[in-house]
Amino acid sequence: MTKIELTVNGTTHSREVEDRALLVDVLRDHLQLTGTHIGCDTSQCGCCTVHVDGRAVKSCTMLAVQAAGADIVTIEGLSNGDQLHPVQQAFTDCHALQCGFCTPGMIMAISAFLKDNPHPTDDEIYHGLEGNLCRCTGYINIVKAVKRSAKLMK
Amino acid sequence: MFQFNYVKAKSLSDAQALIAANPDAKLLSGGMTLIPTLKQRLAQPSHLVDIGGLSELRGIEVNDAQLVIGAATRHHDVATSPVVKKTLPALASLAYQIGDPQVRNRGTLGGSIANNDPAADYPAAVLALDATIVTNKREIGASDFFQGMFATALEEGEIVVRVRFNIPKRAAYEKFAHPASGYAMAGVFVADGSAGLRVAVTGAASGVFRWSEAEQALTKKLNFAALEGLPLDLTNMNEDIHATREYRANLARVMTKRALLNMLAQK
Ligand SMILES: Cc1cc2nc3c(=O)[nH]c(=O)nc-3n(C[C@H](O)[C@H](O)[C@H](O)COP(=O)(O)OP(=O)(O)OC[C@H]3O[C@@H](n4cnc5c(N)ncnc54)[C@H](O)[C@@H]3O)c2cc1C
Ligand code: FES
Ligand code: FES
Repeated sequence: MTKIELTVNGTTHSREVEDRALLVDVLRDHLQLTGTHIGCDTSQCGCCTVHVDGRAVKSCTMLAVQAAGADIVTIEGLSNGDQLHPVQQAFTDCHALQCGFCTPGMIMAISAFLKDNPHPTDDEIYHGLEGNLCRCTGYINIVKAVKRSAKLMK
Repeated sequence: MFQFNYVKAKSLSDAQALIAANPDAKLLSGGMTLIPTLKQRLAQPSHLVDIGGLSELRGIEVNDAQLVIGAATRHHDVATSPVVKKTLPALASLAYQIGDPQVRNRGTLGGSIANNDPAADYPAAVLALDATIVTNKREIGASDFFQGMFATALEEGEIVVRVRFNIPKRAAYEKFAHPASGYAMAGVFVADGSAGLRVAVTGAASGVFRWSEAEQALTKKLNFAALEGLPLDLTNMNEDIHATREYRANLARVMTKRALLNMLAQK
């Protein structure tokens, strides 16, 4: 067991965790932040994407101890109070979800992607979404939402 | 996952001492290969020694016609580095093609070559550019480093510190990515540099290899036609549910042609 400090969505938490605990499990089970989903648990689907020190990572493929001291943002911390983050707003506007299971990971991945690449081309959008799978919406509306997000963020 | 003790190394010498003191310890860099392996219980290390954050192992610089990249430098940093884009754009492009953004944000050069997955991208560049792998103990030339499927010249506990790539006159990398995993079904790095004309193929066979017939033909005549009808040994080609030997060999040919076209289009 190791004692770690994580700053999640602006609040610093101190927790005793098993060395082998995954970041996603600590977020969900210790901090009750269940917006971060576990889709595959094999690093493929991106449902578990969160920001660690500003970069998108798959939290099912990172140990919580590796994130000690890091600044983490999850889907719960993205909006500004009642004001949705532009990517959240764009997902609503473009109907970019059906069951919603992949959505938190999609939104976290896209919000990080647009920071690196505020004016993406179609190809850059496809490449940027490589790490996220959606099993029901299809990607058409998700790609539309990325473009709309880029507009809203201008 | 089985239980293990996690230790964050404070320095390279600290990592070395931790590895020496714990024979069943394993190095952890980006974790993009090791953590999935641990989850499947395919390994049971006593300790994980985390070297991923060591500044001594990070960084990108140009030194005497060589591009030197620290082992713990992440794929994203190589893909987006202005220095790499300027001196060795083919390597930036290769790094940009690895996995997906989340994987590139964590995975590292050292972890990739130490793992030597037969379908990994970096080994093709390391071999084609005749790079030197600098470890905590010695320097290893690329042709001695890769020893077939998941095997390298690294000794137990030896740590890759940095890789020195010879900057070529021009080079290109083309890969046919597996549509689901992103790994190379065949990836070809062509380089025209100090080591001559080199063609390194990854993904197609049990390990990265140089296609010597193509190198000889292109050394005589550096054009597209030189590649027509060249033999490519099928013995070590991979065959699995994704593709037959013949199909993989064909992909390797096509990727070589694309890489050559791409390279020749450069000044
Ligand atoms: C979904 C997914 C898709 C991927 N797609 C691709 C792809 O398209 N192309 C590709 O090339 N790769 C791909 N990868 C693999 C990725 O590039 C990994 O980053 C890489 O294989 C390992 O690097 P790492 O830093 O994560 O190493 P780790 O997982 O931390 O370590 C891997 C191994 O190397 C050892 N090691 C690590 N660093 C060192 C060092 N400095 N010295 C000695 N030994 C060391 C470790 O002990 C371990 O045995 C993919 C991975 C995932 C999860
Ligand atoms: S749950 Fe992490 S990538 Fe699928
Ligand atoms: S909306 Fe159902 S998986 Fe994407």
